[in-house]
This record gives sequence, structure tokens and C-alpha cells, in this order.
Amino acid sequence: MIAVDVRGVAYTYPSGVRALDGVDLAIGPGETLAIIGQNGSGKSTLVRHLNGLLRPTEGTVRIDGRDIAGERVARLAATVGLAFQDPDRQIFAGKVRTEVAFGPRNLGLRGAELDRRVAEALEIVGLADAADENPYDLGYSRRKLLSIASVLAMRTPIVVLDEPTTGQDLRGVARVRAIVAALASERRTVIAISHDMRFVAETFRRVVVMRAGRIVLDGTPAEVFAAGNWPVLAETYLEPPLAARVGARLGVGSTPTEASLVEALAARGT
Amino acid sequence: MTLCLSAATYRYAGARRNALDAVDLELSAGTVLGVVGPNEAGKSTLCLVASGLAPVVVAGQLGGSVTIDGRETIEMRPHELAQRCGILFQNSQAQLSGTAATVFEELAFGPRNLGLPLPTVIERVESSLDALGIAALADRDPSRLSGGQAQLVALAAILALRPDFLILDEPTSQLDPQGTRLVGAALRRLARESRTAILVVEHKTALLDRLADRVVVLDEGRVVREGPTADVLGDPALLEHGVEPPPRVRVRSALAAAGLGTPAETDLLVAELAT
Repeated sequence: MIAVDVRGVAYTYPSGVRALDGVDLAIGPGETLAIIGQNGSGKSTLVRHLNGLLRPTEGTVRIDGRDIAGERVARLAATVGLAFQDPDRQIFAGKVRTEVAFGPRNLGLRGAELDRRVAEALEIVGLADAADENPYDLGYSRRKLLSIASVLAMRTPIVVLDEPTTGQDLRGVARVRAIVAALASERRTVIAISHDMRFVAETFRRVVVMRAGRIVLDGTPAEVFAAGNWPVLAETYLEPPLAARVGARLGVGSTPTEASLVEALAARGT
Repeated sequence: MTLCLSAATYRYAGARRNALDAVDLELSAGTVLGVVGPNEAGKSTLCLVASGLAPVVVAGQLGGSVTIDGRETIEMRPHELAQRCGILFQNSQAQLSGTAATVFEELAFGPRNLGLPLPTVIERVESSLDALGIAALADRDPSRLSGGQAQLVALAAILALRPDFLILDEPTSQLDPQGTRLVGAALRRLARESRTAILVVEHKTALLDRLADRVVVLDEGRVVREGPTADVLGDPALLEHGVEPPPRVRVRSALAAAGLGTPAETDLLVAELAT
């Protein structure tokens, strides 16, 4: 079973900008995938096709095997949850609790079950103590976590996070990393857009690099950040993590994370 | 030319605790001061207080003093203050005027309100666009930009005002690595050549490592560490305050912890590759 199957998708905005130019991407259940690339390379446009916010100009998008061309966004919302890059475009309620309850309520949940979902989602993102606050009294980083909680509360099999670590400190990034791992362990599919190469290398099993509306690299972090791909990364103005550069210089292979660098050096017995 | 916070304390209206607590800080011409700290440490509040928006626009109570060249900012007229001190909000989309049809007009909005002659307005708009490498966006609709593009446009709009003091709340949060480097280079030039005083809040310590002269660590509203960039960002105590050290520091300590290589060798290699 393939959770997400994007075939030959192209998208041209009404302004004439061709944001996607023939994208093929198949993602399995339980896979964790990061999409990286420079601003304007089509990352956000691509993920907006997964829940029907945008419809392809060419090509097809299948979710759990179904072509979603004719499916309404409201129906897709039960399958694909998308946390926006800008939490303020998503948040509208006057209370944190109400904000998180909105999605599951629309799925028909009520009463104790609804309360449990909300409490659980707030707990996961670390906002349990803020349930009765106004979202706009929270700082940006916590509003961002709130927007993620709203998506988690829907318990969708596919979760899409657009730059989830923006504005997060060390602990916030660690929290997002734990959320991704927990979702994957439940065989849910996680797709995230990020500019944070360290977060990408340490969190996701698969990395896709986009450039000018196309996918130019696709593989594990070790494959994508391997020295042979640096010219391709440079064309998209991306740099491999420092650990990868140190590993390549020391000749111990592709070491996209600090842990993998230490491991490779230890194995060599330096 | 100095912006000074002395024992600055700030409590938002209705809040139970101080968002800023007795903060002493000095921002002087031609220098870049980096501010780091965990979420909710008071970094954005510091920006609002330093720029004079709090308590004038954002309700709350200010203790201590905030002065520009010895004058209390709360006694300055809003337009006067706005001409001295520019601020970029964390959510830069919220900053765009919403009235301009093109990016060019968005950037011209501020300088025109300063009453500058048209050729000067145009010159300022063009040089701000060039400084951030976004001349190609000039004719675009500001409401239809990507997150990263909107952030660059909002920053360019502030630069076009040519303030003496620049307060930036995570100016690169939505930018790709190239955009981040461009902004870093533009800010460095601004400090060196135009003697602008820049306060920049950033989670990206790698950027501050290259950009800032000094770094302040804020935690629970207080300044817990202040000093030259290399000292503060190289301090292992940074982690205790929820701040990620720059990659060169992390990789070096990972290698050292694993007992790999001699410290001097590792230092040289990491320093070389990190630039």
C-alpha cells in the first residue's frame, strides 16, 4: 500500500508562475520524509496538493490508492493533516482548547472522547498548561506548537508539517523530533518541509531535495548528503551539515549527523 | 549614538510575571548584538521594549529606563522614534502594509511617509532590494509571496527607512541557507559601512557566530550571560539555557567527547570547514 502517490504533477499559479514541473513521489505508510530546497522551489506548493488545497494543473495525486481529484478538502482532512508554515494563518479560536478541538469536532467527535483527543494533543506538544489561554497570548514558538497540536488531534494517517521547527529552541526542536518518531512508530506517514539541515538529518529516514519545481535528489540522509551530491546541493544553494563535511574530509564516508560521524571515526579506530 | 536599557523590567497588562526582569543592555553605533535564549525567555519582548513599541503600543508596565542618546524613549513622539529605530517583527507577514500593489510600492511606503523627495525614495527602494538580492520581486504582489520572500521584503522595507538602530526578531526564521547568508552579509555591511547599530534575536547560532560582535543570553526575562560572541557561543553552559551551540562547537565537542583526535587538530579542521 502506498500512502501518497504523486505522479507527473505540474502546477502553474494563476499568475503564470510554474511552481511544480513534473513531480513523481511515492511515500509509504510509516515513512518519515523531509523536503528541502531553497525558498520558491515548490515545497509548500507540493504539500498543498496532498490535502486538496491546490489541484494539479497536470498529473495525479493518489492518497491511500484513491485519486483525490474529485474529493473535497473537508473529506481529505480526515486523512491528511497539514500544519501551515505560518501558524497565524491557521489559528482562529479564542482559546487554545477550542482551537485544538475544532478539527476532531468536525470529524464528529463529542464529549469525553473529544476532550481526551484535545488533552492528548496538547500534552504531546507540551501545551497542557496553556489549554485555557488565548492563543494570541502565547509566544510565536508556542503558537507554532499549537498549530501542530491541532493537526495531531485529527489523528490523520498522514501528517504534513511545513517548517515545524521555525522559531523553536533546542527543547522545541527535540519535541518536534520526538513527535515525528512517535507518529512513525504508529505507522503514520510524516512529511515535513524544513530548512534546518541538522533537524532533517537527525529526524527523517528519507530526504527529498527540490529545485525549480522538480525533485533532484531522493534518498536517506547519508545518501543525499554524501560528498558526490554536494554539487547538486550547491546548485540548490544548500549546504551539507558540518558533520558531513568533517566526515568527508577525514575519509570516513557519509556522516550527516554528529552521532554518525563519531560512530564512523570510532569504527575506524582513530 | 547609543540605545540603552537600564534595569528594564516589563510586565504585559494582565500578566502575572515580568516578561523582562532588570535587563541592562547597550547597543552602540556600528555594532551587532546577538540575542539568544529559549522559547518564552523574553526575546520578542526585549525587541518591543528596545524599539519603544512597548509600552506605547503594546500595553504593559515598564520599569527602569530605555534611552536613545540619553533621552527616554517613552518621552519621544512616535514618528520621531520610528525614524531612529526600525523593528522587524517575528511574524513578518503581519508587518507588510497590505496597501501596496507591488513590492516596490511596499518598500516606498516608509520613505514616502518620511517626506523624502521622489528620486531619493526610488534610490532607497532600489538599494534595499539589491542589498537583499530581491530586485526580481519588485513587481510582485506583496500578498502573494512565499514565507521566505515576505520576510526578505519586510526586512528590505525597514532598511529603506535607514534607521540608526535596527531591532530584528528572528529575521531569517523562514529563509533558506542562502537567504540566511545574504541577510547576514547585508547586516554586516550595514553595521560596518553605515554604522547602524543592530540588535538581532536568532536561534541560528551559526549565523550569529559570523555576524555578531557580542552575544547576550536571555532566560526567564533576565540576562544570564553577556560577552564577545566566541566566548558566549563556545560556552558549554549554553545548552543549559536551551540554546543550541553553533555547529563548529557541537562537532568539536562530539569529537572530543568520543576521545577522537587531538584537540588542536580537531579545532583546526572544524574551524576550517565551518567557514
